[in-house]
Amino acid sequence: MTNSAFPVPGKRFVIGVPYTWLFVFFFLPFLILVYISFVDMGSDIHPFKPLWDTTTGVLKLKYENYWSIFRNGDNGALFETLYIEAYMRSLWYAFGTAVLCLMIGYPFAYFIARSRPSVRPALLMMVMLPFWTSFLLRVYAWKGILADQGIVNQLLTALGIISEPIQMLYTNVSMLIGMTYVYLPFMVLPLYANLVKMDFRLLEAAYDLGTSPFKAFWLVTVPLSKAGIVAGFMLVFIPALGEFVIPSLLGGPENVMIGRVVWDEMFTSNNWPRATALAVVMIGLIIVPLAIYYHYTGDAADDKK
Amino acid sequence: MNKWIEKNFGKAWMALVYAFLYVPLLFMMVFSFNSTRQDANFTGFSLRWYEGLTKDTKIVEGFWLSLQVAAVTGVLSAILGTFAAFVLVRYRRFPGRTIFSGMVNAPLVMPEVVIGLSLLLLMVGAQNAFGWPERGLLTIVLGHTLLGMAYGMVVIQSRLMEMNRSIEEAAMDLGARPMQVFFLVTLPNIAQAILAAFLLSFTLSFDDVVISEFLSGPGVNTLPQVIFGYARRGINPTIYAAATLLIVTVTVVIVGYSVWVARQTRKREREVAAAMRAETAALAAT
Repeated sequence: MTNSAFPVPGKRFVIGVPYTWLFVFFFLPFLILVYISFVDMGSDIHPFKPLWDTTTGVLKLKYENYWSIFRNGDNGALFETLYIEAYMRSLWYAFGTAVLCLMIGYPFAYFIARSRPSVRPALLMMVMLPFWTSFLLRVYAWKGILADQGIVNQLLTALGIISEPIQMLYTNVSMLIGMTYVYLPFMVLPLYANLVKMDFRLLEAAYDLGTSPFKAFWLVTVPLSKAGIVAGFMLVFIPALGEFVIPSLLGGPENVMIGRVVWDEMFTSNNWPRATALAVVMIGLIIVPLAIYYHYTGDAADDKK
Repeated sequence: MNKWIEKNFGKAWMALVYAFLYVPLLFMMVFSFNSTRQDANFTGFSLRWYEGLTKDTKIVEGFWLSLQVAAVTGVLSAILGTFAAFVLVRYRRFPGRTIFSGMVNAPLVMPEVVIGLSLLLLMVGAQNAFGWPERGLLTIVLGHTLLGMAYGMVVIQSRLMEMNRSIEEAAMDLGARPMQVFFLVTLPNIAQAILAAFLLSFTLSFDDVVISEFLSGPGVNTLPQVIFGYARRGINPTIYAAATLLIVTVTVVIVGYSVWVARQTRKREREVAAAMRAETAALAAT
């Protein structure tokens, strides 16, 4: 017997529907994206030229779109372009956000996992609830909270900690607060899932053998939750890298991330080939950590079934 | 000693993090009732921003568009997500399985900017070739469904994997045709997950800015797009009013859904227990 309840024509239909959908709306657009990244910028109403030059009959790939990401002009220094800066900044923010989420989220997930089983669902739901309300609105709220005349500055002034408002909005501070705030649940949930399964008798054994709580935490709890840490880190790092909304609302001109640069190339400069080349490099940046992740965890998740 | 630290430090840490998570929501709820545009001093209670909300045609139109987009996206994502989950769980071997699994999961890790950009290129290409589709509701739905389908698939997949296959086999042994098995046995078993997939993709769609920004046409703006436009210009308590309404709605829906799920689970447990009791009684009688 086959592994399915359906006879062959049914199987073809069940596979065919999502396959066709994904082919047309995921794979095909992706091919077009890569294609345009290798052609010349067009003129007038055509945003790009065909790869096949009809006048000379020559098929020519244009690598210039990619070259121009890495250096200014033909003789410019390598890696000193605005694009590289934007990529580096995106990587830096994504990494900083993931680290902050881990520092805040790890103890948090640990304490939820060690709380009474009866209250855990409620505690978890309270983590999820903000996540279900609009992401955009929650980011926007920080704009009011962190403003020069906002409640944080007013509070700090009233307490006498600062004499005049400090600028937090449109700086690294507001960027990191906003991103940590948004991505924290992505860190907490995998960590919780991991920690709740942990056998805490191992910790007690360590205590009985005379290990200090701090040392036991580092030598027992942390290594056992490595999978959760890595999963949470990836779940924060990857979406944070392509963040578009937070830099637009909480960042200034110096906090531009690569998502915004792609947008500007596409709609402001109308340089489609460069916008697509930037997007392709962006995918590359995401595939590398993912590949490392899968290399170490194995694609067990997919094969286990 | 360490018990004491754990107890109190733990509680304090949790309180701080929950405060961090909820302060922005409370902030918006409080200042949506403020009588002036300020959002650092509460100058008095007023409903003027809620009134403004109903009179703002951009917001009202955006809301209806978002509702339509989210509803269609939710239904499409739940259907396609069920198909995709079924394929991944039940068909271990077919040509192109690896590519299929890659394509379903990819939208989960792809930056939304890249998804929006590549779909825009497809739509522009299709428009040049066939003069269709016009950018608007349809194109936004297609973009959102790509994302919603992936999330929906994950939810339904996990339910399908833990489902007991023997009840399907029992139905087949009793002569049910494959279609009957699916609609009478499999579907009721995963219905809860399908509803969750619908809610999740509905929310994702209702909340999305980036993909909509790429795929909407001139003059067609979803609610998040309108809000995003206002938000970039500065403080606008009308947005706080919109946020407050949304927070209340989401809380009601989520709490309602959780209560429903808990009740369903308890009901099933009771039924199983009753069946077991009947079984033992029958066995004892023989």
